[in-house]
Order: sequence, then structure tokens, then C-alpha cells
Amino acid sequence: MTAELTTESDPRTPPGSTEARHGHRRRRSGDNGQARAAVLYLAPAGVLLIAVMAYPLYQLVQLSLYEYGQAQASGGAPLEFLGLGNYATLLSDSRFWMVLVNTCGFAAVCVLGSLAVGIALAVLAGRVRWLPRTLLFLAALGAWATPAVAGSTVWLFLFDQNFGLVNEVLSGLGWQGMAGFSWTYDRFTAFGLVAGEVIWCSFPFVMVTMYAGIKAIPGEIVEAASLDGASAWRTARSVLLPILRPLLIIATIQSIIWDFKIFTQIYVMTDGGGIAGQNLVLNVYAYQEAFAGSNYGLGSAIGVVMTGLLLLITVIYLWAQRTTGENT
Amino acid sequence: MTTAARAPKRGLIGRVLPGKRPGRTLAEITTVLVAATIAFPLYWMVLTAFKPDGQIQSTDPRPWTLSPTLENFRQVFTVDDFGRYFLNSVIVAGVVVLISLVMSFLAAVALTRFRFRGRTVLLIMILVAQMVPVEALTIPLFFLMRSVGSVAPWFGLNHLGSLILVHLAFSLPFAIWMLRGFVAAVPVELEEAATLDGAGRFRFTWQVLFPLVAPGLVAMSVLSFIHAWNDFLFAKTFIISATENQTLPLAILVFFKPTGNDWGAIMAGSTLMTIPVLVFFVFVQRHLVSGIAGAVKA
Repeated sequence: MTAELTTESDPRTPPGSTEARHGHRRRRSGDNGQARAAVLYLAPAGVLLIAVMAYPLYQLVQLSLYEYGQAQASGGAPLEFLGLGNYATLLSDSRFWMVLVNTCGFAAVCVLGSLAVGIALAVLAGRVRWLPRTLLFLAALGAWATPAVAGSTVWLFLFDQNFGLVNEVLSGLGWQGMAGFSWTYDRFTAFGLVAGEVIWCSFPFVMVTMYAGIKAIPGEIVEAASLDGASAWRTARSVLLPILRPLLIIATIQSIIWDFKIFTQIYVMTDGGGIAGQNLVLNVYAYQEAFAGSNYGLGSAIGVVMTGLLLLITVIYLWAQRTTGENT
Repeated sequence: MTTAARAPKRGLIGRVLPGKRPGRTLAEITTVLVAATIAFPLYWMVLTAFKPDGQIQSTDPRPWTLSPTLENFRQVFTVDDFGRYFLNSVIVAGVVVLISLVMSFLAAVALTRFRFRGRTVLLIMILVAQMVPVEALTIPLFFLMRSVGSVAPWFGLNHLGSLILVHLAFSLPFAIWMLRGFVAAVPVELEEAATLDGAGRFRFTWQVLFPLVAPGLVAMSVLSFIHAWNDFLFAKTFIISATENQTLPLAILVFFKPTGNDWGAIMAGSTLMTIPVLVFFVFVQRHLVSGIAGAVKA
């Protein structure tokens, strides 16, 4: 998202005319009038964002520094300041590390899957006529629109142990072991199932974005490249990819942000984190610690770790993109 | 060298005459198959919702039914008061859309049209706000809503107001960022013309600017609606004991039972939950795509 910031210098108004107009306006109404109106216009959104986002964010960090359990939450017991105690507990907890590995692996699979499917189908959509393309877009739109809970329940039913279509088809094809196979029992098949659902409902965003980008590339550029003797692969890599890079960055970051903090799909499909918590990801783990285990302080610490990691990943990704972007 | 010289020529012809490309039929068949695969889970959901129970609880499921029934829908509405949860979801998502429409439009106008100190800082803060994983805020928000509830019960835990407040706040940063692009695309000359014609800032904003950014507002509304409609985490956290104030996502989970899931009811509920979003999506898809493209370009 921050990538957009670089193109932020108001390209719509040429600098000279802006100055002139700006000066003119200043004489008429004055900067004070504009500032006052701006405050008025920004106030409703600003107040709400401070109250429901900024303040809770501050509180999240604060809570993570305290021992905050059932006794404190129900009002009576005094707060005990732990400093980084909750974080120390987390770091020495083998379960936390398992959850961290789960989260990163699961998010990586989902991001790569959505990008691969989305880009492949965007390219495919650009090569076919109107009817198949419309069918593809309608189907993708349907998957995109499906609420996470509804999507999760349908996928669960399709892969149900006894009444699911998938097991039925697979065993019908001669794979006898699949009759009565439980997809959610094993840690990896359960993650695979959830990843399938997540990719199913998140690739359309990538596809639509990349398709819009591909369509916007003038045909002359590709023609010029092929006239200069570039192969199809070289055209894609050296001509199209740099043009599409900004869109690709947006699609990737958006996917990372979405998939790293998945809650609903994991919670619904693995019934709150899987057998013995084998399918926990950070978000579900924080929820379970806080609201099932009444460890609000520890849950907040997990939330802080998650926020920090997400920020770190996004910054690293943007930085890497910027450096490679400058080289080419 | 000769092959290198010949290859691009073929590529060029292929581009000029796309109809002659040999792989296209194959690509089109693939596209249709892929589309069918993507749509299949939705088809299965709707089909199951209309299947009689005997055909659902079968180890030999068929991809069609010859005896469609409304029994599953009747059950979720009569036995489980689904209408109430549906209405709750509509109220939450509807109020969020209406208020965020006004709030984000005003903020976008201020950030695009007015020059004032700290504007860039504010813009950066809105970008950063989009990256905050709001799910991590569940715990502090739970306590916040609990204290809010002791002052204004309607916005406290167990009430729809708490859900409206959080979804409103969470949808604002992206909505503002997206609308900014649309507002900026309206030429400044128009504002000068309106001013010359005697329209004040307020009138210009609402009578000229507001209708002009309508496509952006539509796209933004759809995204806010879906965001609020789909929410599971906050509904689960905030609506603890007041079952009459539950929203759809939670109501569906009631049919998952240890004694055996009632798949017919689950699929009927999921269908009911999906249809409004689907209609909304298809109806505004053109705006949606241009809206996202607008946000991306901004």
C-alpha cells in the first residue's frame, strides 16, 4: 500500500498552475478558512478512528505488559505489572513456536497459491473471447463474494468424512482408502483444506487486479518488443513485468495482510484450532488464550507479536521490491 | 540467428491476427472448465439447501436432485428464528454503509481539496491504519465495549451498536483512501466555476462533488457492506449471552452439533447469507472493478 505513496505528488495538476491557483484561493478565503473546514470535515472520522483504533492499539500494548486474568477482568483483583513477562512466557513456550510456524507456513501457501492462480487466470482471461471470459469472471466473482463462514461450511461439507462428495468421488475412482477419510483429523490435510478454501475466495482479487493491469498495457509496446526480437518469455519478463510491478506489489501485500491474520476459516473448519490445537494460527491462538483461557495479558502479547510481524513482513517486502525496482 | 529472427515475426502475426492463434480453442475449453470448478462449491451449497434430508445424509451423494424441497429453509426460519439474525446482519451492515459513506466522503474531500498543515502526515497515518490487523484488537475492544456499555448500553457488549462502531471504524481508512482518488479526479476548474456561480464550499461539496464521485461511493459501500456482513470474530466476541442479537455467521454455526451436523440447515443458512452479497456484487461489479482500479491508481 505504501507503494502508492511514491506516486502521491498530485500528478493531476501541473505544478505551475497549482501555485497560481493556490495563491489566488489563499487571497480569497485564506488558509485559516481551509484549515477550519478541514478540521470540521475530518472530525467525525478522526474521532472514531482514535477511539476505536488508536486507543485500543495503545491498550493492546499496555495489556500485554500486565498479568490480566479472570480475576482482573471481572473487576476485583489488582493489576500486576509483568513488564515483558508475557513475552518471556511466549518465547519459552514450545506451543507458541509451533503456532508461529503454522501461521507463517499457512500464510505463505495461501499467498503463493492466490498469486499463482490469480495471475495464471488473468493471463488466460486475456487470451480468450468474451463468453468464456465472462463465465470465468462470474465464477470468480461468486467465490469472491461468498462470506468466509459460508465458504468454510461448503468446503467442509464437500470434504465431509461420511457425506462429502470428494471422498465419494475419490473412492469411486478406485481409491478405496478415501471412503470415510477424515480431512480434518491430520494436521496437514486440515491445513490443506483450509488453504484451499482461502485461495478459492482470495484469488479473484488478484485476478481482477492483474487482468485490469494487463488490459491497460498498450499493444504497441508488445509489438515493439517482438519487432526488436524479444521472445515471448523475454517480453513477459523484461517488458510486461516491470509495467505490472506496482499492481503486483499491491496484490501481494494485500494477500499477505489477509492470509496472515486468517481467523474465521481456521476457526470454523478446524473447530477452533484443530485436534489438540494442531491447526492453531496466531489469531486463533490469541483468541483462545484470551477468551477461552482468560489470559487476556498473554493474548494481548500474541496480538502485539502478530501486528509487529505483519508490519515487518510488509516493510521487508516493500524494501526488497524497491531495491530490485531500482536495479532494473 | 535465423531462428531468432523468425520467432518474433510469428509472434507479431499472432498478435495482429488473434483469430488464427491455434491454442485459443484449448484455452477457451480450459477457461470454461476452470470457471465450472470455481463455481462448483456454490452450486453444491444451493443444491444441498434444496435437497431432502434423506439425500443429504447419503453416502452416495448425487450432483442433482429430482425432489427439491424448501424443508431446510422452513426449518431454519421457524425452528431457529433465522429471520431475526438476518435482520440483525442487515441492520449492522446497513448502518455501517450509510455512516461510513458520509464520514469517508467528508474526510476524503478534506484530504484532497484543502491545503493545511499536517495533511501529508494524516495521509500516511491513514495508510498505516489500513495495515493494522484489526483482529489483534479484539481483546482491548472487548474491554472498551464493556465500559462503553455501562454508559450507553446500546453500544456496549451484547448489542448491535458495538458491532456497528467497530466495523465503521475498520472500514474508514480504506474507504477514505479509495475515495481520495475519485475526489482528486474531479477537475479543480469545476470548483472554480461553481464558486463563480455563487455556490459556497458546502453546496459545492454536496451538490457537485458528491454526485460526481458516485461510482467511488458505490464501490466503497459494497466493500464496507461485505466487511460488516461477513464478520465472524467480533460478532463472536461481543455478542456473548444475548442470542437475540446474534448475526448470521454465528447463527449458522448452531447447526454444527456433536451428535451430527445438520448439513441441510447449514447449507440453507449459508445460501441465505451468500445471496445478498452475491446480488450486490454482480449488480455493481463494473463499479467494483473500476473502484479498485481507481483506488490502485490513486
